[in-house]
Amino acid sequence: MSTIQSAAPPELSPARLVDVLRMMLRMREFDQRALELYREGVMRGTTHPYIGMEAVAAGVCAALRPGDRITSTHRGHGHCLAKGGDPRLMMAELLGRAAGYCKGKGGSMHIADVEAGILGANGIVGGGMGLATGAALASQLAGRDDVAVCFFGDGALNQGIFHEAANLAAIWRLPVVYVCENNQYAMSARADRFTSVPDPAVRAGAYGFPGTTCDGMDVLAVYAAAGRAIARARAGQGPSLVVCTTYRYLGHHVGDPLNYRDKAEVEAWRTKDPIERLRGQLLERRVLTAAETEAMQADVAAEIDEAVAFAKASPEPDPRTLAEDVYA
Amino acid sequence: MSAVETHTRVLTYSEALNEALREEMRRDARVFVMGEDVAVWGGGGVFGVTKGLVEEFGPERVRDTPISEEAIAALAVGAAMAGARPVAEFMYADFMTLAMEPIVNQAAKIRYMFGGKARVPVVFRAQEGAGRGNAAQHSQSLEAWFCHIPGLKVVTPSTPADAKGLLVSAIRDDNPVVFLEHKLLYNTKGPVPAGEHTVPLGVAACRREGRHVTVVGIHTTVLKALEAADRLAAEGIELEVIDPRTLVPLDLAAILASVRKTGRLIVTHEAYERCGIGAEIIAQVVADAFDALDAPPVRLCGANVPVPYAASLEAAALPQADDIAAAARQLMA
Repeated sequence: MSTIQSAAPPELSPARLVDVLRMMLRMREFDQRALELYREGVMRGTTHPYIGMEAVAAGVCAALRPGDRITSTHRGHGHCLAKGGDPRLMMAELLGRAAGYCKGKGGSMHIADVEAGILGANGIVGGGMGLATGAALASQLAGRDDVAVCFFGDGALNQGIFHEAANLAAIWRLPVVYVCENNQYAMSARADRFTSVPDPAVRAGAYGFPGTTCDGMDVLAVYAAAGRAIARARAGQGPSLVVCTTYRYLGHHVGDPLNYRDKAEVEAWRTKDPIERLRGQLLERRVLTAAETEAMQADVAAEIDEAVAFAKASPEPDPRTLAEDVYA
Repeated sequence: MSAVETHTRVLTYSEALNEALREEMRRDARVFVMGEDVAVWGGGGVFGVTKGLVEEFGPERVRDTPISEEAIAALAVGAAMAGARPVAEFMYADFMTLAMEPIVNQAAKIRYMFGGKARVPVVFRAQEGAGRGNAAQHSQSLEAWFCHIPGLKVVTPSTPADAKGLLVSAIRDDNPVVFLEHKLLYNTKGPVPAGEHTVPLGVAACRREGRHVTVVGIHTTVLKALEAADRLAAEGIELEVIDPRTLVPLDLAAILASVRKTGRLIVTHEAYERCGIGAEIIAQVVADAFDALDAPPVRLCGANVPVPYAASLEAAALPQADDIAAAARQLMA
C-alpha cells in the first residue's frame, strides 16, 4: 500500500455535505423500494442492493466533474444515482418499461446514461475495467483532462482483465481511478478465501502505481482518498487504486440464502452505518437539525414514490421494438 | 483510359489495407490504431498492414500494446464509447478467443442494452486462415463465432480493392465491426482505386458469371472457385462465383438471385464445416428458394479437425479447387 501524493480535495462545504447526505438517503431508499417491487413480483430478473455501501459511490462522485466518466457493476444503482442518474428513468428501467433509460431492453444490470458519463452498469464481473481504461485513453488522446472511474467489487480483483488493464493504464499513464468496493464477499466467498493478499491495495504496487485503502463506511474518508486519486489522474500522473472497505448489509441479490456469514457480523457492520455517521456529524456540527434530517428523509421517500409512480405509469415496450437498436 | 482507371493502381491486399488506415487517419483525428507490434516491428505490423503509420501519425495514434488481447479489445470498446474510433488489431484471429468477453458481451450488446443510446464505433481487425503451416492455434477461420452474435458486423474481403473499400466503410460505421483478413491474401495484387473508395457493408460481388452452378466462397475459397471455374469452362460447365464480402449483414438477395438462375449451390469456406456460415447460407437458401434447387446444396469446408501442421495434412483439411470442380461436376451429372 502506498499513499497518493496529490493534494487532498477541497473540503466539502456544509451545503455540499447536505447534498451528499441526501444522495446517500436517495440510494438507500431507491434500493429498498427496488427490493419491495421485486418481492411484489413487479420487477423481473434480480436486483443487487447497494445498501450499506452508499458512502463509496457518494464519496467518489462528490470528487468528480460532470464531464468525467464512470463504469459501474451489477450492483450499480448507487453509482448511477451518484453520477447524476434520474431515479424515475432508472426505476422505469427496473420495471422494464418503455420510458426507462434503456427502453426496457437492459434492466437493472445495464442501466446507462452515456451523456451523463455513466458508461453502464455491467453484468460481467470486471466488465467495466477495460471500458473505463479505454474511456481514459480516449480522454488522453483527445487532450481532455477528464477522468474515468471504474467501480468494481473485491470479486473482480481476480479477473484477468484487472491485471491487463492496470498494466496498460500504468504504462500509458491513463487518467483512470480503480475504485474497489471491498464489501467482503464475492457471492458466498469471503475475500480472504480467494484473494491472495489481505489488503488488495498492494496489488497496485505490482503495476507501479499507488494503491490506498480507506474506510468505505465513512463518506468523507472516501471523498478524501478518491479525491487525491482523481486529482492525480487529472494532472496526467496516471492511475491509482482506491480500496474502500465496506459491507453489503443484504445478500448478493434478493435470492441469496445468506448461509455463509453470521448475523453478529452483519450487526457489527450496521453499527458503522455510513448514513447515520454523516447524519450524526451534521447534527453535531449544527449544519442540520433533527427536524431537517427527518424532512429530508421524507423528501427523498416522496421522490422515490414519484419515481415508482412514473415507472408504473409508463407502458411496457411494444414487442415491435424488439429488433430496434441492435445496430446504429 | 477512363478517368477512373487513371486513378487505379495495382496494390497488394496488405498495401490496400494500409492505404485505408492512412486515409481514414488523415480524414478523422478520432481514428487510432492499437495492437501488438503495429508500430515498431518491421516498420509496422507483422504482415505490414500498419507499415509507416507511426511515422506519419506518431505513437499516440499508432499504439503498440502489450500481449493483452482482452484489454486491447476492452479498451477499444471503452474508447469508442467515449468518442474515439479505434481500430484494434489482433495478430491472429485465434488470439481473439482471449478477447471474446469484451467483443461478445460488451461491444456487441452495449447499444441494444442501453436502448439505442450509445454507439460503439470500433473495428476489430485480425487475419485468419490456413495454408502456411502455422498449425492449429494460428490458422483457424473463426468468422462463424462472430456471425452468431447480434450486434456485430463481420467483414471478409478477398481482393485488394475490397480490402480498402470495406475497411474504410468499417471504420466509418458506428457499430462494432469484426474485420477478418486472410494471411495468404496479403501479397495478392489487384487494381485499387486511389483516394476515396468505399465498398458498402452488405453488398455481395459476383466474381464470375455462369449459368450452371452457384459457388459462394469466402477469402481464399473465392480464388479457388475461380480456378475451378476456369478448368470447368473447358468442359462446358459454368460456375457463377459469389463473394458475399460481408457475412453480417449478408447479401442473401444476391445469393438467392444466383441460385434461382443456376438451380445448384456450393458453399465453400476454410472454417470448420460444423456450424459454419455455409450451414447458415444453405439453410436460408433452402427456406427461401427450395423450389429453385435442382439438387441438394453442397458444403465444401474445413474438415472438423484442428488445422494440422504437415503440408499433406493441412491441404487435406482445406477445400481445394479440385474439390469444387469435382462437386460441380457431380451436381451437373
